[in-house]
Amino acid sequence: MSTEPPESAESPPEASPSAPSRRTFIATTAVGGAVAVGGLTSGPSVFGAEPAGAVEAPPGSRVSVTVNGVRHTVTVDNRTSLLDLLRERLGLTGSKKGCNAGACGACTVLVDGRRVNSCLTLTVRLDGADVTTIEGLADGDQLHPLQQAFIDQDAFQCGYCTSGQIMSGVGCVQEGHTGSPEEIREFMSGNICRCGCYVKIVRAVEQAAHGK
Amino acid sequence: MSRVDGRLKVTGQAKYAADHDIDGVVHAVVVDSSVARGRITGIDTRAADALHGVLGVISHLDRPSLAYRDNPGPFPGRRLRVFQDDAVRFMGQPVAVVVATTLETAQHAADLVKVSYAAETPSTDLTRSPAVDGPAPFARPYTRGDAQEALGSADVRMDMTYRLSRNHHNPMETQATIARWDGGRLTVWDKTQHVLGTRNELAAVFGIPQENVRVLSPFVGGAFGNALRTWPHVTIAALAARELGRPVKLALTRRQMYFTVGYRPAYEYKLSLGSTRRGRLTAMTHEMKYETSRYEQFWEANQALGQMLYAVPNVSQHVQTVPLDVSTPMWMRGPGYGSAAFVIETAMDELAHELGIDPIELRLRNEPGEDPSTQQPFSTRRLRECFRVGARAFGWHRRDPRPRSTRDGDWLIGTGVATGCYDVFLGQAEAHARLDADGTAVVQSATHDTGTGTYTSMTQVAADALGLPMRQVTFRLGDSAMPPAPPQGASQTMATVGSAVQDTCDKLRQQAITLAVEDERSPLHGVDADDVVAGGGRLHVKGAPARGETYRRLLARNHRTHLEARGSWAPEENSRFSMYGYAAMFAEVAVDARLGLVRVRRMLGVYDAGRIISPKLAESQAVGGMVGGIGAALLEHTVTDHRDGRIVNANLADYLVPVNADIPDLKAVYLDGEDYKADPIGVKSLGELVQIGVAPALANAVFHATGRRVRNLPITAEALL
Repeated sequence: MSTEPPESAESPPEASPSAPSRRTFIATTAVGGAVAVGGLTSGPSVFGAEPAGAVEAPPGSRVSVTVNGVRHTVTVDNRTSLLDLLRERLGLTGSKKGCNAGACGACTVLVDGRRVNSCLTLTVRLDGADVTTIEGLADGDQLHPLQQAFIDQDAFQCGYCTSGQIMSGVGCVQEGHTGSPEEIREFMSGNICRCGCYVKIVRAVEQAAHGK
Repeated sequence: MSRVDGRLKVTGQAKYAADHDIDGVVHAVVVDSSVARGRITGIDTRAADALHGVLGVISHLDRPSLAYRDNPGPFPGRRLRVFQDDAVRFMGQPVAVVVATTLETAQHAADLVKVSYAAETPSTDLTRSPAVDGPAPFARPYTRGDAQEALGSADVRMDMTYRLSRNHHNPMETQATIARWDGGRLTVWDKTQHVLGTRNELAAVFGIPQENVRVLSPFVGGAFGNALRTWPHVTIAALAARELGRPVKLALTRRQMYFTVGYRPAYEYKLSLGSTRRGRLTAMTHEMKYETSRYEQFWEANQALGQMLYAVPNVSQHVQTVPLDVSTPMWMRGPGYGSAAFVIETAMDELAHELGIDPIELRLRNEPGEDPSTQQPFSTRRLRECFRVGARAFGWHRRDPRPRSTRDGDWLIGTGVATGCYDVFLGQAEAHARLDADGTAVVQSATHDTGTGTYTSMTQVAADALGLPMRQVTFRLGDSAMPPAPPQGASQTMATVGSAVQDTCDKLRQQAITLAVEDERSPLHGVDADDVVAGGGRLHVKGAPARGETYRRLLARNHRTHLEARGSWAPEENSRFSMYGYAAMFAEVAVDARLGLVRVRRMLGVYDAGRIISPKLAESQAVGGMVGGIGAALLEHTVTDHRDGRIVNANLADYLVPVNADIPDLKAVYLDGEDYKADPIGVKSLGELVQIGVAPALANAVFHATGRRVRNLPITAEALL
């Protein structure tokens, strides 16, 4: 049934940072079979034995996208957002799903150097694009200055919005919107932090931008 | 001292519930009811089943077998049961679940499930439905003195009605569960503030022994109370995994976060007070009612402040709930206290204005010498000092008390104060510590870190007790297989788990000391154990650091791979003390004179929270509490369309929470000190306390700016036009 076709054979081995077992498993599941029946602890499953009505796979597209310097050529369901590609296909779960509607910023990544909400970005639009996620920001063990600034300033608590805040902050610094705390606040307002770390997020962006 | 888990969080490596990579996992999406009351008359899954990749749809029509053994929950009533009948009790109730090989397919298939209903008209309006007395024993009528008589004879009597909107916790991480069965054993990776609570509930629901369930929750992306219960989606994930024989991942959508995972209930709260002309309170009566579901009676700690905050001789309280066609609320940061504080502390400001007394002075005139509800001495109560320190730092003396007296262009400027207070809630906890031959230690307890800094603060306590550098200590949490710990709620973690960690590490250190003083080859041989201390990874004689040896040498010479200890802590059963944390909150706002727009200009909180273990992290919590309070005061409002019970703004674009541009520089000051009457490590409560006085301080500042008293939260522009 192969709703998620395996990655292209031409993608280099290092292009598969996540464990391939899940995709392999799905790809080899029998077409149209009612997969795995049988309750484990309470008798018969609620599912009958009759096979589900097998139909065509959803429309997919072949896309070549570079993520954190690694080129991936994948066939994706046309509905797949960049966020779901990262999280569910590439094993890059640092980008978070907070609203899946572009309202919270937890999924912020850089696409061709610009910050975007990856939940609102369809993968099929990204052929040839260069994506940077939180996992690709540090230089080996050397944290990006904004990552270090977030630690120094304690600019997070639960950490769930942090990936998006940092990627957005990198964009904010690159755009030059760090002239004043007010300007940083304005240009960091697409990223919600429910723990309420805004004061410290502003300080962290200032630290990274101006070495404060 | 920075967070020990900081590097994981800034590199995207911290694993939250939905981030765990579980082999062969498939995706579940919940189908929600689109009516708020009635019966399901049919579920047509044909279109969904026909989709390529759909593995199954489960609903009550499948009669899934679930034991639902009794397992006392937090609220009287009968807990919601997953897919066990055709009744719809609230809008958004889970009525089916779709499982598919991909998330995209599961989402699409969930849209294709056609559910038909025999719908009835729901009641969802707090003000138009009958109230019943709050659930005993949690809510009970309270009287001291004769409040009605005292109100009647008071120099000044004021009667006010306040209304608070429903708020949703809205942590950034939506609730998520991955469930996997291995034979009769269930493992769940879950977002929870109580791994043992989730374990026990899943065992009860599935009718299996508790030891057959393991719950893992190493990182929690905020919760603020909404992960204190095991909600239906956790059961649904485990049920789907059982029926399919595959691991299942289920993450609620943001919209679904408004349906089944609790909220701070809306209140209608009538307060009457009597006072002398000189500002001595003589009476207060509290008549409150709040929303709950029809299947459970919610309660929260909304009575304590009215009983203990001020020296009022005559008090009465009556608590009612209004059962509605809604889901059950859940404790939200500063539960009960926060709602009551808004009412009491706004009323105090109203009285101060009426009498022409400074609002800080009015509060000080009513400071009790002992707890007026129990006649117990306070363990510590430094509220006066909070106000004194805060007034100086905030520049309170420069304030012109007249409302609408200060203007800055189009902006009316006002300042306000309020008291915050939250009890020192203490539980029981155990911990395990192991010191390895390489001189590193691993300490663990089944507690949680929702962003509060548990990893860091427990590492500090353990390192301190063991005399090890922090980098040589690892603290682990969030696993139901670890020694038991209470829920991460009611600000009890630092005091309770911290004291257990200290006890455990004290025992471990004592073991090492005993080993050393009894070892003829140790430089500590023969020294009185009480004269040996630990520091820098060494044991040495107190006052003579040169005489001693490292843990590594001690263990190596004795051929020990490790030492280990298990410890615990529980509070005294009947403390003689009344134990609370206190805060003085100061706020300055600007209100656009024509548009009614409210902007916060600055805030200051001064806290009496006992000993502060991690000052940097405590400051973050305090500032975060202010941001939460700003949301409750000015923005947050769950809007229900009472015609059909639909939540109109069930998303983060329409349910407004503070964003960066809403937040000016906020300052937090913790009074130096400790409270060893509360617990062995001297801490009081912190996480709730820091949000509790925020909304009334802002409301009082809005009054001072505009002369308009708004008794409803949130205070939106339209209320000020």
